[in-house]
Amino acid sequence: MSQATLSIRRISGHAGAAPGEDVERDYQVCKLIDTTTCIGCKACEVACLEWNGYSFTDTVFDNSYQTMPQTAWNYWNLIKFNEHERDDGSITLLMRKDQCMHCADPGCLAACPADAAIVQYTNGIVDFQQQNCIGCGYCVSGCPFDIPKFNPTTKKMFKCTLCVDRVSEGLEPACIKSCPTGCLHFGSKDDMKDLAETRAKQLRENFGIEKAGVYDPAGVGGTGVIYVLHDVTNPEAYGGLPKDPHIPWIVRFWKGPAKWIGNLAMLGGILGVTLHYLRYGPKEVHEHDEDAKNGNGGQP
Amino acid sequence: MSTSQVISSTRAAGESGGEIVRYTLGERVHHWLGALFYIYCLVTGLAFWSPYMFWLAVIVGGGPTARFWHPWFGVAFTLSMGWMYKMWRADLSTTDDDRRWWKAIDHYIENDDDKLPPVGRFNFGQKLFFWLMFYGVILLVISGLGLWFVESIPWSLRWLRYLAVTVHVFAAMATIGAFIIHIYMSVFMEPESFHAMIRGSVSRAWARTYHRLWYDRVTQGRK
Repeated sequence: MSQATLSIRRISGHAGAAPGEDVERDYQVCKLIDTTTCIGCKACEVACLEWNGYSFTDTVFDNSYQTMPQTAWNYWNLIKFNEHERDDGSITLLMRKDQCMHCADPGCLAACPADAAIVQYTNGIVDFQQQNCIGCGYCVSGCPFDIPKFNPTTKKMFKCTLCVDRVSEGLEPACIKSCPTGCLHFGSKDDMKDLAETRAKQLRENFGIEKAGVYDPAGVGGTGVIYVLHDVTNPEAYGGLPKDPHIPWIVRFWKGPAKWIGNLAMLGGILGVTLHYLRYGPKEVHEHDEDAKNGNGGQP
Repeated sequence: MSTSQVISSTRAAGESGGEIVRYTLGERVHHWLGALFYIYCLVTGLAFWSPYMFWLAVIVGGGPTARFWHPWFGVAFTLSMGWMYKMWRADLSTTDDDRRWWKAIDHYIENDDDKLPPVGRFNFGQKLFFWLMFYGVILLVISGLGLWFVESIPWSLRWLRYLAVTVHVFAAMATIGAFIIHIYMSVFMEPESFHAMIRGSVSRAWARTYHRLWYDRVTQGRK
């Protein structure tokens, strides 16, 4: 961020162009996960815990290699293992590293009611600021990938930060650094997209994996984490990766038109009763009429 | 008859004297407990509703504190509403008198109360308000549990998460509309009804004018 702000546009009294002028700078970062070369070693899970200072907790065994059913507030990086039947009837194990996707159009951020509890940096990283988080869990409803998790002790939400603390110092995320097969890559979004497309093309042309492709869903404006999948037409097979993720329309409505409708209705109500008061005023009991009618000064 | 001449509110309803007991001490305590719980939920709920009203959370201790207590006050309000139902249900069913009154509602709005047919302890508008709050709270507490324990709703049933948000918003809006009218009418439009909820009694003339059937009932045989 600071470097981006300090990039030079013009220099006074300078012979020639400013350094970097007219050079397109690519600020958006991206993590590329090539599921076709993942071996499910879970080094990334360990590295994530190590770097972010979490210790191992109890895990859940569910007749699979998977560490636990889903990511947790203190377990942001989880390889999902899925048995998948190929067309020819043989079985393969699909392994996908699951974590925050760092959407360009983040549902968590759209749903969040707390000032500055979720920020999106110009490099594309979506980060929770726990000091501003009120723990309402609206981000859970907004997220199309079911990523934000609640810490019941501190009552704050947590998720993968894309190692924003490392990235801002020019380092790659911890998971990338730990990967032994090179299935994880980190760089600019354009570079990663090129690399992913090249790999997918290689899989299609050299390995006969016809449906190989890149997962960078347009429904959320693209993501800061992209996948190379053997079968891009069936991302659900990789442990529930949605085919066409988008912010739920109800969340959009709630955070958009419903605000206006609701606020105008509330203002209308206040205005309505005010006008009524100005027009008709308070009700008054016609005591004397009543008393006269009854003829006994208040006693019926 | 000035409102300062209030008799002891602990007297039984219908006791003759300067004023008539409209709400017992128990009824008033439960009303104001309900008011406290509802207003807390309203203030904190509006803070979560719009960034432009987030400052409301600050006056009740900040966002995290507001978020912690909002659901508990919601539960408290639900219990409070249950108690009010128990106290008042006998006076809250719709009668033929209400239907006649409702047809003549224009006279009520225009403060032509003399032209209105007589009603019992509560008029139809008050009954509508109660039932709107009653059913509103049922919707709010059920959808509120969905928002409170959103992670407990499995991903495969995530439509329930979205439904909870929608129901909570619309039920809250409905109760806010009713609440605005309730405050306006009880504090500004009929100041004596506010007094009644504070001290418990109303003047005989007021009772005769607005709730004649109730007045006749409670004063029967005590003339």
